[in-house]
Amino acid sequence: MASEAIPLTIRKGPLAVVYEWLATADHKKIGLMYIVYALLFLVIMGIEAILMRIQLAHANSTFLSPQVFNRLFTMHGTTGVFFVAMPILFGFGNYLVPLMIGARDMAFPRLNAFAFWMTALGGLLLYGSFFAGAGVSQAGIAPDVGWFAYAPLTATAFSPGHSTDYWTLSLLVAGVGSIAGGVNFIATILCMRCPGMTLSRMPLLAWMNLVMGGLVLVTISPLTAAQLMLMADRYLGAHFFDTVAGGSVVMWMHFFWIFGHPEVYVLIIPCFAFISEVIPVFSRKAMFGYPAMVAATVSIGFVSLGVWAHHMFTVGMPSYGNAFFVLTTMVVAVPTGIKIFNWLATMWGGKIRFATPMLFAVGFLFQFLIGGLTGMMLATAPFDWQLGNSYFVVAHFHYIIVGGIMFAIFAAFYYWYPKMTGRMLSETLGKWHFWLFLIGFHLTFDFMHIPGILGMPRRVYTYEAGRGWETWNMISSIGTVFQAVAILIFVYNMVSSYFVGAVVGNDPWDAWTLEWATSSPPPEYNFAVVPSVRSRRPLWDLKHPDDPDWKYE
Amino acid sequence: MFFCGLIQTLASTKSDPISPTNIFAPDSTPANSLYHLSIFELEILGVIFVVVFSLLAYAVVKFRQRKEDDSEPPQIYGSNQMELAWTVLPVLIVVVLFLTTAQVIHRVQDARRPEGAIEVTAVAHQFWWEYRYPQYGLVVANELHVPVSDPSHPTPTFLGLLSADVDHSFWVPRLAGKTDLIPNHPNTTWIDPHETGIFLGQCAQYCGTQHAKMLLRVYVQSRDDFDRWVHDQQQDSAADPSVAAGRALFVAKGCFACHTVRGVMAIGRIGPDLTHVASRETIGAGSVPNTPENMRRWVHDPGTFKPGSLMPPQDLNDNELDQIASYLMTLH
Repeated sequence: MASEAIPLTIRKGPLAVVYEWLATADHKKIGLMYIVYALLFLVIMGIEAILMRIQLAHANSTFLSPQVFNRLFTMHGTTGVFFVAMPILFGFGNYLVPLMIGARDMAFPRLNAFAFWMTALGGLLLYGSFFAGAGVSQAGIAPDVGWFAYAPLTATAFSPGHSTDYWTLSLLVAGVGSIAGGVNFIATILCMRCPGMTLSRMPLLAWMNLVMGGLVLVTISPLTAAQLMLMADRYLGAHFFDTVAGGSVVMWMHFFWIFGHPEVYVLIIPCFAFISEVIPVFSRKAMFGYPAMVAATVSIGFVSLGVWAHHMFTVGMPSYGNAFFVLTTMVVAVPTGIKIFNWLATMWGGKIRFATPMLFAVGFLFQFLIGGLTGMMLATAPFDWQLGNSYFVVAHFHYIIVGGIMFAIFAAFYYWYPKMTGRMLSETLGKWHFWLFLIGFHLTFDFMHIPGILGMPRRVYTYEAGRGWETWNMISSIGTVFQAVAILIFVYNMVSSYFVGAVVGNDPWDAWTLEWATSSPPPEYNFAVVPSVRSRRPLWDLKHPDDPDWKYE
Repeated sequence: MFFCGLIQTLASTKSDPISPTNIFAPDSTPANSLYHLSIFELEILGVIFVVVFSLLAYAVVKFRQRKEDDSEPPQIYGSNQMELAWTVLPVLIVVVLFLTTAQVIHRVQDARRPEGAIEVTAVAHQFWWEYRYPQYGLVVANELHVPVSDPSHPTPTFLGLLSADVDHSFWVPRLAGKTDLIPNHPNTTWIDPHETGIFLGQCAQYCGTQHAKMLLRVYVQSRDDFDRWVHDQQQDSAADPSVAAGRALFVAKGCFACHTVRGVMAIGRIGPDLTHVASRETIGAGSVPNTPENMRRWVHDPGTFKPGSLMPPQDLNDNELDQIASYLMTLH
């Protein structure tokens, strides 16, 4: 099964290399481009966050004008969801799924390239607004409507100029890319598995990307529809969200959140996938309760489609409507709990190696637990009437997005970097990165819950003294320094290890899934001989011929 | 760390609420219902956290790889009994939490409107509040006055919530949870404050440039004080002859296009009603104290306090500014 790369001896000029990347349809190259592209935006959104934290560090600050602050949080949120989290996860999925199911590429390689370039164009459009957004005098140069852009703030009356159009077009274009990517994941996972890999032997990463792909199809569509309606309102005289002409702005909320909440699962489910690969390998045990994990993932996928209006508990839905969405939202806690318990059970009785990927995975578990519990608080509509739209919510979703998703992504970086580059990331720097980021994360986001409880709404560019908010905001702002240093270490580690990291063989972590059966980095065709498998851990079977998994599954 | 902070906050009392907008220092029936539900839920979630965190901490400490132990641990693939246990238990917790929550939703949202309830229509504007009292034929701005409500004879205030432009949200944490004000989508909320005093809050739905300074002030008064306030506010504007020049300027410079001053030819409805502007403690929707100096600066250029305010700077000379500000400060 193990294969060796056939060495390529042709030397290429720099232009040829550029052309090769621009024109590639190789899932690994596209995956890497997604990842690098997302990392650039990660740095940009981080700078935006730091500026905002400087502004909020003390009361009545005049560091930023309200106009600039409002643009920053809009760009920070939009960038984070659409041009950092999604591309980075699509990138890992692109890179890993074919390798892990023993395929030579994605099902539709050209569609794959198209999807990436559409996403890339979307990000350029969003930031293009800085150069061309104003359009008319007095209008803002970048979108300032918030990342969920509630109508009618997006109407031409309240958002003159073109900044909102850049936002709309950007999401429209990126959405097309995401849908293409989703189709590709589904087709690849259903149709491209190697011989012997039944659905029930698929790595959990493939299962979870399958669910993610399905969710992308269902959820990006309403977002795209809403953007088209908004453009029609702004330029064709339509009245979808024009309340003066009988339109409904609540309809925008429904359209946005029936995208927006499943979107959270589009982001977190691939992270569950990373954690489900990292924890078993570093605990030296098979994944506990594989069928339950699959069932939990699929049910989260379905239930997540019926929870969106928990973002709308304060918009005046009738009491039974509110109660319905309380119930559906709370139900999500059940499969999520199943996952947490299965990960814990996988660690239980293992021999855990605390290499950097595992550190980040444990950090993920801890923070995801807390983020889940604060999520239960917000799911309780009456509690949400107080906490909703306050800094508590900001703290909660950053717990999920940074404490959960980002930690899982870091685990994935440390785990798969050797596969992608053939060199290890420095473990020493990795541990510095982990601990500094952990400290910074907790300083910023633990203490951010408190001003929310004390009545501080989100999206305020400043606040008055005497509300009891200053200390907590100052601590939150200090935390960003630690996070920024940690990210710099991470970036340095990524760059320097590419040149001087320890060279690795096929399987540096002594892992069990198929991507570790080929060389690091894998050849363009992935596997010289298409592998065939008999269990969920083909490399375990290979390493333990006396005690293979297929005897037990 | 988070739970320490939370407990510290929870330990606060009404007499020392840590913050005038602390959600855990309720002083009104709806806020109280939410508070008790929150505490109940926090207790359950606290137990879940302690249990799961202990399991995680135990696993991390107990099952680390020992030095020079390279053998693989026993492989365990799962257990249906365990899966069943950690499915059923959370289901039970969800059922309990849901039923408790549904009850509170019903109690707060579907509350009966008793006789003697005060009716107010709140209209949100970018970036200020208009309050209409249909029972008293009153229109005021930014500072909401309501009578205290004795729990034995409740006189709650029911607020109809409208918006003149974009989405806003009415949030006075110690009185009630937030409810949005959405154009073409009327909402209601209610409060019944049990103590007199000033209760603060602010707009909780991003509504544009000055979302941050769209502050809420609720003045809870004894019934007598409230009635007196209503009576005063019902009067037409004062006509102090010493500021006749200012009054003339107010009309001549076109202020009436946006502002109402009853008793003068000024019926604009775009900006706040100024009939009794001098009786208010703040200007600019709670942005700054209502002093003659602040009033003068505000009229000159609202952007000095509130950049992005929709009121444009006024092209007035120093003398004119003095006269208009003096006039406004007589409108008690």
